[in-house]
Amino acid sequence: MAKITYRDALNQAMCQEMERDERVFLMGEEVAEYNGAYKVSQGMLDKFGPRRVIDTPITELGFAGLGVGAAMAGLRPVIEFMTWNFAILAADQIVNAAAKMKYMTGGQYDCPMVFRGAGGAAARVSSQHSQAFENWYANIPGLKVVMPSNPADAKGLLAASIRDNDTVIFIENEMNYGDIGEVPEGEYIIPLGKADIKRVGSDVTLIAHSRMTGYALLAAEELAKQGIDAEVVDPRTIRPLDEATILTSVAKTNRAVVIEEGWRFAGIGAEISARIMEKAFDDLDAPVARVTGKDVPMPYAANLENYALPSVAEIVEAARVVCNRA
Amino acid sequence: MTTKNQEENQAGITQEGRFYSAERLHAMHDMMLYIRRFEEKAGQMYGLKKIGGFCHLCNGQEAVCVGMEEASEPTDYMMTSYRDHGHIIARGSDPTAIMAELLGRAGGIVGGKGGSMHMFDKEKNFAGGNGIVGEQVPIGTGFAFASKYNDDKRVSITIMGDGGVNQGAVYESFNMAALWKLPVVFVIENNQYAMGTSLSRASAETHLYKRGISFKVPGIQVDGMDVLEVERKMAEAIEHARSGKGPMIVEMMTYRYRGHSMSDPATYRTRDEVDEWRSGRDPIVRLQKQMIEAGLSTEADFKQKDKDIKKEVVAVAKAAEAQPEPDLSALWDDIITDEIPNAYPYPRQVG
Repeated sequence: MAKITYRDALNQAMCQEMERDERVFLMGEEVAEYNGAYKVSQGMLDKFGPRRVIDTPITELGFAGLGVGAAMAGLRPVIEFMTWNFAILAADQIVNAAAKMKYMTGGQYDCPMVFRGAGGAAARVSSQHSQAFENWYANIPGLKVVMPSNPADAKGLLAASIRDNDTVIFIENEMNYGDIGEVPEGEYIIPLGKADIKRVGSDVTLIAHSRMTGYALLAAEELAKQGIDAEVVDPRTIRPLDEATILTSVAKTNRAVVIEEGWRFAGIGAEISARIMEKAFDDLDAPVARVTGKDVPMPYAANLENYALPSVAEIVEAARVVCNRA
Repeated sequence: MTTKNQEENQAGITQEGRFYSAERLHAMHDMMLYIRRFEEKAGQMYGLKKIGGFCHLCNGQEAVCVGMEEASEPTDYMMTSYRDHGHIIARGSDPTAIMAELLGRAGGIVGGKGGSMHMFDKEKNFAGGNGIVGEQVPIGTGFAFASKYNDDKRVSITIMGDGGVNQGAVYESFNMAALWKLPVVFVIENNQYAMGTSLSRASAETHLYKRGISFKVPGIQVDGMDVLEVERKMAEAIEHARSGKGPMIVEMMTYRYRGHSMSDPATYRTRDEVDEWRSGRDPIVRLQKQMIEAGLSTEADFKQKDKDIKKEVVAVAKAAEAQPEPDLSALWDDIITDEIPNAYPYPRQVG
């Protein structure tokens, strides 16, 4: 296995699928000649040419809708949003068109496409460029929401998302693009809807996705030093959710902390906590704890930004609380 | 300019150098009349509370529906907003399925999932039926993108109203379509009112065919109450798009006789104004006069035809009404294609 970055893993997945399927194309701002705002599409214009790797004007609603029409007409668009912050402009096409098209047409039209780009907080870019939207999209029937936390998952999950026949919201994390990890060479697919246990443990289950998975793993190391053996579960697919893996883990550890970068109110952690309460109430030895982003727009100043985001220390503390060790 | 065409020894009308056979004229007339009677029936069924929700009728705009369909190929894509009954009927979709959709029946054209605003027929390349104003314009541009990508010479006929044309999505689409020379004809059905707001109250530039100027999209204005002019000008616009010259805007000057939707008494305009369009410019009466003048039909024939069509529409409504409502299990159908059985929220399950 080669060690490559998260961004190169995404690049490999797109190239793999474009070589395999002539209908797949990549469209977005700066994806072609600039080689991607975050260099995820590096070299793809040279490899596939301007017919299949297409720079757009800054026109999110327009090219998102163009993608919907192209998908309805039989193509397999990969539509890149430079970041998910800008996708708010395209929300009508994602929510009112892509997500509902199959249902609203009585099954006549499919919308097999991937909307992808960087989500979550970046570094020092203030409130309009640092936010998590997975709970928005995860609320919508008709969409799948996928969030990889490491390079191997990035490749396998993006390839699976492109092959999937539904509309997939694929949220990467800008802070992970440079992460390096072992990634299988050649064709690599990770089925959607399958969580992954990133660390096996017996005392407490830490459930975390995207960048927070890395934070949870760091917290688990710290907890180990304190004599608490944490299991880290990465859902990978947010919707639909592999709750069986989560519930099995909670049945073993009897304690759970849900971690997310996004806001607490009506967040992913709220859904997962509710599910554990509904399905595993008798397994719990303590109430489920949540560690989330603070309920504020993201500030610019370094210390404030740091404070607004969840921290490894907060995860450790929450785990200690549910383990009665605080 | 209407003359008898003797040259080919075939009955018909030649207008602006374009020949329409008697057979074709009858078909166009009958389709317009069918749409008119269908919409009247829909209005009546709505009044009886058999149709629910929103229901937007196109009485008065039939020449646009039929002329465009006549000018296009069946393989061309077509999509519009929620005022969609006339367009999908003109495309040749099954009227019983359309009426059944209005009534929320199992045999509705989208299985009772959409209602009046969401008529789709993939087999006829009719892609809606889109309920958010202007939403279909980027989508139609996407169909044109697919045509160019596949190099299959299909044109996307993307229809919006004089209200829709003020949405930002429309200009994003004009720009991309012109930039990439996509085969799309943007049709603006200018029926003078966006819901209750007249064009001059909503648009600084009321000549909507000029709206593409800064995107280098050429535009033409068409008398949308003249089915032959609609056909002729649309044929030119479609040819323009098909030949690789890029998009074109066609502004159809038309008028809706009814309110915006069934709940609109249309108090924002005068009866005189409505009467002027109805009695002076009606597209069906106009074609009838032309055909009678050309010796292709008689008033008595048209009266008989009207009776026949009314009967047909009554039969369609009866057949649609006789259908059962969708099975409750249909609630869960067609949300996801690749269902993941062991993941939450579980397919086809509550909780």
